[in-house]
This record gives sequence, structure tokens and C-alpha cells, in this order.
Amino acid sequence: MTQRSLKAWSWVHKWASLVSTVFMLLLCLTGLPLIFHHEIGHLTGSEVEAPPQLAGTPMASMDAVVGAAQALHPERVVQYVSRDPDETALWAVSLNANLTAAEGGKTVVVDAHTAKALAEPKYDEGFMHVMLQLHVDLFAGLPGKLFLGLMGILLLVAIVSGVVLYAPFMRKLDFGAVRRDRSTRVKWLDLHNLLGAVTIAWLLVVGATGVINTWADLVIKFWQFDQMAQMTAPYKDLPPPARLGSLEKAVQAAAAREPQMRPGLVAFPGTPFSSPHHYAVFMRGTEPLSARLFKPVLVDAQTAKVSDSRDLPWYVTALLVSQPLHFGDYGGLPLKIVWALLDIITIVVLGSGLYLWWARRRVAADVLSREDGLLAEGSA
Amino acid sequence: MSRGLGAVYRVPALIAAASLTGLLSALVADGVWDALAWLTLGSAVAVGAWFALTGRRGQNAQEPAP
Repeated sequence: MTQRSLKAWSWVHKWASLVSTVFMLLLCLTGLPLIFHHEIGHLTGSEVEAPPQLAGTPMASMDAVVGAAQALHPERVVQYVSRDPDETALWAVSLNANLTAAEGGKTVVVDAHTAKALAEPKYDEGFMHVMLQLHVDLFAGLPGKLFLGLMGILLLVAIVSGVVLYAPFMRKLDFGAVRRDRSTRVKWLDLHNLLGAVTIAWLLVVGATGVINTWADLVIKFWQFDQMAQMTAPYKDLPPPARLGSLEKAVQAAAAREPQMRPGLVAFPGTPFSSPHHYAVFMRGTEPLSARLFKPVLVDAQTAKVSDSRDLPWYVTALLVSQPLHFGDYGGLPLKIVWALLDIITIVVLGSGLYLWWARRRVAADVLSREDGLLAEGSA
Repeated sequence: MSRGLGAVYRVPALIAAASLTGLLSALVADGVWDALAWLTLGSAVAVGAWFALTGRRGQNAQEPAP
């Protein structure tokens, strides 16, 4: 590498890192508890547990499930009914002041077997909520998300430039060498290079999928304008139905259309994820990957007949696949633990990078290049 | 004594390839595919921790000319 390009890459690495480091440290720290949010929820009792059922207990009618939630909040309207891919015995019914409201919703968790309302978890308070909001958008909504996405892109630039700079610094050292007999700065330079090197692929993937996740709102908006509008176009000029038909029948019609899948979410007629005429039933697969994906099935809310269904376009699929790769929640508890360890290593890489920038400024240039092994000799 | 680019990047590239394999394998299926992810990503952590805490002392580093 020439001195010129070494200088240029150093400049890129320094500034991409300096600008983003504070935010990346914040994301690493808030992300650490979020990796274990399920486990923490179980321990603190904030996560609703399904009551044990005898094998073969039939599922309650979806109409009864929704009715149980509605009875608790007669003044509200049901927007969505959803469940976890891993916990099919619980339905979460979301109710709000009106069908299109995005804020101020209430959630009632209902037993899928008995249709009994079990709990009303509050998702908008407590330590984990603060961690989540700081991590997702700094409590600043879409602008906060997009800003963090930009910082994420700088992180990717810092990783790539770091990989390029690894060569001139490691030319004379074996992999893993940590020169403890030199200055503190040299020791931390070696540790920074070592720990950065072992986390390259993981951090690239977690960083890039995190950036993609910051665009989630926009991707979903685009899907609504693009695909949802096409799917509901035949109903566009019809007056909205005066009375809705059975949700249970609609869900059964969707399940009959996609027998290999099971319902994961239903958007009620008139909500942003459906039309005024349809129950939009989002079917999930049952394999690890397909359980993360959805297939929307639009069911006429009056006749309970399927009126359209299509696979997700590539950009929503990309968003949904990027989520597990960012969260690390797709390989059991051991993967989460490894995820946390890699997160901690990343904190060390970020912290040592900051220290190296600070320490470099106090060392004369000739000492610096001698200590770093960056002597012009042989570095053509 | 300088090393070529191939030698410099050999171990990091191996770790990166193993990590990517693990990241994708757990996505494809459960069971042994999950275990492959634990193993590959876990070894990236192990390699980093080993050299950082106990490992090489940079004995191969050439003493720079004064």
C-alpha cells in the first residue's frame, strides 16, 4: 500500500468511526439486554405465559377470542390479532380508539384454547421499553431511525476501511500477536486489530441488517401503496360493509388456501394493513425461515371467500429475513449468549478505537510509524 | 520480514467464512444447524478471547530498525 492510500484509508476509518462511535456504543449497550428480552420477560413475569393444556384440546373460535378482548374495552375497536411463531397458544388482540390510529393502543392477551383474557401487558413502560426505544429510534420516531441507519452505514464504512488497514499494520506480525512489552498504545492497537478481525463478518451482518431494519416503516409503507393497493383495487369503489362477518370463518378460509401455513396476524377491515372490505390474514410457514415470512391472504369480510393472495415482494422478504440476523433470536439460547459475547467484544473494539485516536494525537509522527510497524521501508 | 496479503488475511478470512456459515445455517433449519452456528460463531469469540487474554506476545514482530 502506498503512503498516499494508507493516509486516505486512515482518514476514512478515523472519521467514519469517530462520528458513529458514540451511537454504536449506545446501540451495543442497549442491544445487550434486548438480546435476552424473552428470557428477561420470563424472569420478571412481564411475559404472559400460556396456561398448560391437555394434548388435543381444541382451539377456541377466533370470534370468541376477539370477543373476550372487546368485552374488556367496549369503547375501542379491534385493529389486529396476532401471535408469536413460537407461542401459538396465545393471541394478542390490539384495540385502539379508531381503526387507523397508530399510537395509544391496548393489547389483551387471550388464551387461544379457552378464549379467556389472560393479561393486558404494557409495552410502553419500564427498563426494557427504554432500552428498546433508545436502540430503535432514540425516542425520535422515524427521523431517529433514519439517523441511526446513517450511523450504521458509517459503521459499515469503518469496518471495510478497518479491514483494508489491517494489512499494513499486521504485515510484520502473526495473527493474534499482542505486543505487551511495548507501550500501552501499541498493546491496544494490537487488541483492536485482533478483536476487530474476529468480529468482521458478524458485525457486518448485524450492522447491515440493522440498517435495513431502520427502513422498515418505509418498506412497509411502500408495500401498502404497491401491493396492498393492487390487491384491494377491485373493491375500491364499493361502499364499506355495514356488518362484518365471522373472523373464524375468514381465518379458516385463509388456512384452507394455505394448508402448509398457519395464521400469524389478522388485520381487521379498515386498518392500514387491509381494506375496508377484508380481513387480511397474514399466514406464516412453520420452518425456521418461513416462520419469519408472511403470505397475505385477503378474505372478503362479508362472504368469507378469499379474494386475493400473493407472495411478499423481495423487499419485504429482505426486511423480514434481516430481522433474525440482527436480533440473534433464531438459534436458541446458546446463540443468544454468543451474540452477547460478540456484542461485548464489539464494545471493546469501539472503546479501544476511541482510545487509539486519542492516544495517537499525543505521540510524535516518527515514533508512531515506527511503533505501528508502518515504516516506509518495504511498504510500497 | 513482511508477510504477503494472503498470509495476513488468511486467519481473519477463515473466521469470517466460518461466521457467515453459522449465521446462515441456523436460519435454514433447527437442531444440528443451530449447533453449527454456536460452534462457528463461538469459535470466533474463543479465538479472540484466547489471543487477547493469554496468547501470543508478538514474538514474531521484527524489531524495527532504530
